[in-house]
Amino acid sequence: MSDQTFTLDDQEIPFAPGQSVMQAALDAGVFVPHLCYHPEFRPHGSCKLCTVKINGRPATSCTTPAAAGLNVESNTPEILDKRRTLLQMLLVEGNHFCPSCEKSGHCKLQALGYELGVMTPHFNLIYPDRPVDASHPDVLLDFNRCILCELCIRASAEVDKKNVFSLSGRGITKHLIVNAESGRLADTDFALTDKAAQVCPVGVILPKKQGFSIPIGRRRYDAASMSAHVDEFKPTAKVQEERP
Amino acid sequence: MNTPRKLKVATTSLAGCFGCHMSLLDIDERILDLLQLVEFDRSPITDIKHCSACDIGIIEGGVCNAENVHVLREFRANCKILVAMGACAVNGGLPAQRNHLQLHEILTAVYATEGGLASGVQIPNDPELPLPLNQVHPIHEVVKVDYFLPGCPPSADAIWKFLTDLIAGRTPHLGHGLIHYD
Repeated sequence: MSDQTFTLDDQEIPFAPGQSVMQAALDAGVFVPHLCYHPEFRPHGSCKLCTVKINGRPATSCTTPAAAGLNVESNTPEILDKRRTLLQMLLVEGNHFCPSCEKSGHCKLQALGYELGVMTPHFNLIYPDRPVDASHPDVLLDFNRCILCELCIRASAEVDKKNVFSLSGRGITKHLIVNAESGRLADTDFALTDKAAQVCPVGVILPKKQGFSIPIGRRRYDAASMSAHVDEFKPTAKVQEERP
Repeated sequence: MNTPRKLKVATTSLAGCFGCHMSLLDIDERILDLLQLVEFDRSPITDIKHCSACDIGIIEGGVCNAENVHVLREFRANCKILVAMGACAVNGGLPAQRNHLQLHEILTAVYATEGGLASGVQIPNDPELPLPLNQVHPIHEVVKVDYFLPGCPPSADAIWKFLTDLIAGRTPHLGHGLIHYD
């Protein structure tokens, strides 16, 4: 750790050379909301939840290198409001019906909604029609909940070396696909033990035969909010699997 | 000292399961404290059929048919503050899970092709029945909604915190543990 610092909401944050603003903040125990960031992967900068104001200009803290003397605003009414709007747009673009989702209580999208006090989707809901893929013996894919963070794509390509997932389409039609001629997960070499099966922040990639195994009240974000789990997101953290 | 006027509260369930109303009753004996502060107007609790001018209107359920639209507009016209209570009012909830299907296909499946009904049964077409909408909508897509209380259902403690904040003139704030989408 160097003795260089930047300012985050009036707090001095030390950083090591090469760290991003997000990594330095998390290392200092300051939570910055995020969905597509994962400590084991290179920053992606797509979900925009970690947007902060750096020297007065909006920037994603996961992709901005820390530098001495930066003035970073994160926990301000303006930034929190923008983050709530981003969450609301994600909520209306998919079908996020929490009462029937096995990921409920472990879901980062839901946990951030709680954290930031998102009480309504606000916008008109799109209710997209996205059939599930239940072809694989061990894993269910429910595309209705995909937020396009690309963590499964990155994990499958970089760690598993399998390239099982990809994105297709542009703009509002962009969607997650399976790299098989049939488009079915069963026709790939995907396995439940793959890294890509462990990283989904929402309820798209679900192991079969163990739904709702943890009772309400004992799920990851029941006892403590996402910000209270800040240690799990530190760059040096031994990362837990998304499902306990 | 004059006791403050009791606030008038109306409640209804549109395309909901009455689970949110059950959760409201789940505040147990606190309902006696609540009744010191409010009186119920139109509500399944009172069986009053139409709203008069109210301070707070609480809507459970989304909008799935023409009657839901009429009731919702009656509430909006009569209530100073309108609250969407529960997942269905907030985002459509369970009834909205039919939204990716064609209405005619669903009705045909239920009344014509599935077994279990007497032969010759048709899709109901009585003029007394409200016509279903093509899709189920959360109530904020139909009228302006002032406050939202998510949950399936929101817990009794969440409803209590929400209502006591609102009645006291504060912006309702649930905080961790009370805000839930499931």
